[in-house]
Amino acid sequence: MLTININGSEKQVDVPGDTHLLWVVREHLGLTGTKFSCGIGACGACTVQIDGKAMRSCITPVSAVTNGQKITTIEGLSTDNDHPLQRAWIEAQVPQCGYCQSGQIMHAAGLLNENPKPSKAQIVEHMSANLCRCGTYMRIAKAVEIASESDTKD
Amino acid sequence: MTLTRREFLQQTGSLALVIGGSGLLPRSGYSADGDNPVPTNGGAEVTAWVRLSVDGSMIIYSPATEMGQGSMTALPLIFAEEMDADWSRVTVEFAPQNPSLYGRKLMRGVSQMTFGSTGVMTYYPVLRQAGAQARYLIMACAAKYWGVDIKTLTTEPGRVVHQAGGKTIGYGELVPHLSIPDSIPVIPDEQLKDPTNFRLIGKNIPRNDIPRKVNGSAQFALDVRLPDMLYGMIERGRVHGAKPARLKNEADIKAMNGVVSVHMLDHGVGVIAESMGALFPAKFKLDIEWKDSKASGFNSADVFDLYEQVLDTAAHGQLLVNLEEGKEGKVVIDDGDIDQARDNAAKTYVFNYKNDYVYHAQQEPLNSVVQVAVDGSSAEVWIGTQNGTGAQHDIANALGLEPSKVVVHQQYLGGGFGRRTLSDYGVEAALLAKEVAPRPVKLTWMREDDLHYGMYRPASLQRMEAYTDRHGNLTGFTHSVVGDGERLIADGTDINGYNIPNHRAEMHLVHHGVRVKHWRAVGHGTNKFAIECMMDEIAADQNKDPIEFRMQILEPRAAATLAKAASMAGWGNAPAGGRARGVAYLERSRTLSSGICEISIDEENGKIKVHHFWSAHDAGIVIQPDSVIAQIEGGVVMGLSSVLDEKIDIVNGEVQQNNFNDYPIIRMHELPETIETELLTSSEPPAGLGESSTPLIACAVANAFFALTGKRLRHLPFTPDRVKAAMRA
Ligand code: FES
Ligand code: FES
Repeated sequence: MLTININGSEKQVDVPGDTHLLWVVREHLGLTGTKFSCGIGACGACTVQIDGKAMRSCITPVSAVTNGQKITTIEGLSTDNDHPLQRAWIEAQVPQCGYCQSGQIMHAAGLLNENPKPSKAQIVEHMSANLCRCGTYMRIAKAVEIASESDTKD
Repeated sequence: MTLTRREFLQQTGSLALVIGGSGLLPRSGYSADGDNPVPTNGGAEVTAWVRLSVDGSMIIYSPATEMGQGSMTALPLIFAEEMDADWSRVTVEFAPQNPSLYGRKLMRGVSQMTFGSTGVMTYYPVLRQAGAQARYLIMACAAKYWGVDIKTLTTEPGRVVHQAGGKTIGYGELVPHLSIPDSIPVIPDEQLKDPTNFRLIGKNIPRNDIPRKVNGSAQFALDVRLPDMLYGMIERGRVHGAKPARLKNEADIKAMNGVVSVHMLDHGVGVIAESMGALFPAKFKLDIEWKDSKASGFNSADVFDLYEQVLDTAAHGQLLVNLEEGKEGKVVIDDGDIDQARDNAAKTYVFNYKNDYVYHAQQEPLNSVVQVAVDGSSAEVWIGTQNGTGAQHDIANALGLEPSKVVVHQQYLGGGFGRRTLSDYGVEAALLAKEVAPRPVKLTWMREDDLHYGMYRPASLQRMEAYTDRHGNLTGFTHSVVGDGERLIADGTDINGYNIPNHRAEMHLVHHGVRVKHWRAVGHGTNKFAIECMMDEIAADQNKDPIEFRMQILEPRAAATLAKAASMAGWGNAPAGGRARGVAYLERSRTLSSGICEISIDEENGKIKVHHFWSAHDAGIVIQPDSVIAQIEGGVVMGLSSVLDEKIDIVNGEVQQNNFNDYPIIRMHELPETIETELLTSSEPPAGLGESSTPLIACAVANAFFALTGKRLRHLPFTPDRVKAAMRA
């Protein structure tokens, strides 16, 4: 049994320690908002936060996060779609197929944690880590800008 | 279970209006009639367009797949417009697979498939009629309830109004009084809403799937979890079409922790395990001996020599080549008198254009969940497919069942782009699930599986032979395309919107045994590249501005899109130093589109940078402008990605790319600074827009490259090596 702290609560999971966090989150805990797409850390669909930093769960063995690290998935980002990024994502009508979007939002949240008011160039640089085959990048950039502005206004 | 109408109403507080979906044969009746299943869990099983509740809320069933193109909002919106529904009270659910109720009539029969940007275009008349009939039913009921003539009634969103009597009543309040006549009249077109009175169509209504896509709750097939579910993967031949001869280490695999079973399939070897964690190592360990197949020894780099030989042999359709024995190539288009145009030409141009294989790269790996009943007599399927009916039939077939014994639960699609009109990944899951019935199996393709065993847009060669008269007028051209995939390579050879008197298109076929498939905009990506580059080359040869040259031969609606794009781009003003612009026009799914890009080149590393992309489209009446603009933006991005860097290399029958590390998808920092889109106002019926912008990119970029360098890029994609080679040429 391994214990992990996820979305504010402790969970026990019966998996080998080298199982990637992605599968623990999705298949054992049923938090399926975190997606599988490449499995090699190249696309960002599986992005979660570990102690506030955006990390790729598909290449993170669960044994690396059993020392009380706080894991946050898209389901734990807010209670009612009301994280500034989620509101901005709706305002800018960002998602198309939506498959990459949990990862995009979690990755953007990692940026805003470190840098609440990023420049356009910083947004582009940071968000270039995540792929979107539907090509929603223009709107992602806009939504991150909206969210970062609302952060300072609120 | 059969319920009386009263019981039904008490139980659900709602009524399903069952109105024929094909638009051919209106039917009516309660869900409780027995000819439609009674809803058990909030109505997902009701075969009707709309379910109205006493409280005025309603569910509208959307017949099409949602893969990001916005159909799940746009289609119900059309229905709601004619029904005069209160959109704030509408929720949308996927309609079940039932083409006779939810399909629309297409050339090949009644179908519920989502493909080719046809959703809005083909469902528009069907859903207007169905919505108008629903409104009629409610008004007829109100007329009876109030004892007034139906002609004295009007509607406001969600309410029937009797102006003279100063009365209104909510649609929901009428539910207990609804009586369904034996037949519902077909509402004549002139009684449908005048588009100037549209309240919903043409407005920017937020997409209803988006809130679920920002909190992780939108369910894709890969997210389905069932009690007792097992996990499956399949190792398929690295050489397409190769069949497994034997599994060399079956005992070792079976002995692995968590492995449930191993299965020899016709095209691969399947493993089933208790968890994803246990599945990966088992799959990696499979040691399979493969038989040879047609694709053995195939090298994609060699195809163009072969294709050139084919076209040299074919010479003007004297011979229609098909390298499969006993078959012939085809003349696809033969307008006017091409021989005469050729014989009388003052000048003849010949240009060759090429394209490599490209991959869909939909972000959700292919997958599905199937549960087969313990006695094998039925199955349930959870799948994201562009063709639910096809999935139902193919899976039933694989299991030896009647299609009616297979229930398909449509899920959101994490991208389709043409790959998912085939449901082979559902069949695979069924084949595994049947072995462990009644335990459900979730079959997942790894990204590597999807790349290696993909179904690509085929490589092809286009030879364009164009004829001008002594005034320089383009009198006609012959478009010869050669490659694998039949219609896949012939699609998009048309020249809708152009006025060119003589035009012939022919396809010559070669078969390599490599899996090929529709890819966003199908043949338009490659054939429009050829046509529009050819236009540019002729214009340049005649020292004409490429827009002026096209303007002379474009029909008015098409010309209007080009004029608009030119003004958006400020075509008359020279771009900044080191930059140039290129133009393209095309028609796809009845939408007329013109695009202009502005590029620069990093000469050192051979990279093309696209700074701006402007496009203008005439798509008829637009249901959801912002959603359409999003589609165009996304299509531009996907187009750029494919044009600048994407290709599949096949060496000795094996695909060389493995994952997103070596099959690069464009990233945010490579985007243009601006993508500007205009939709021309039109009262024509809606056309399809989901694929229009993608095929604009190749030609616009190649033409801009010529404007900048005086050199031509004639082979897609424009990789840095090819860019550098072209510049040296
Ligand atoms: S699935 Fe983890 S980075 Fe792609
Ligand atoms: S929205 Fe489809 S992959 Fe990003």
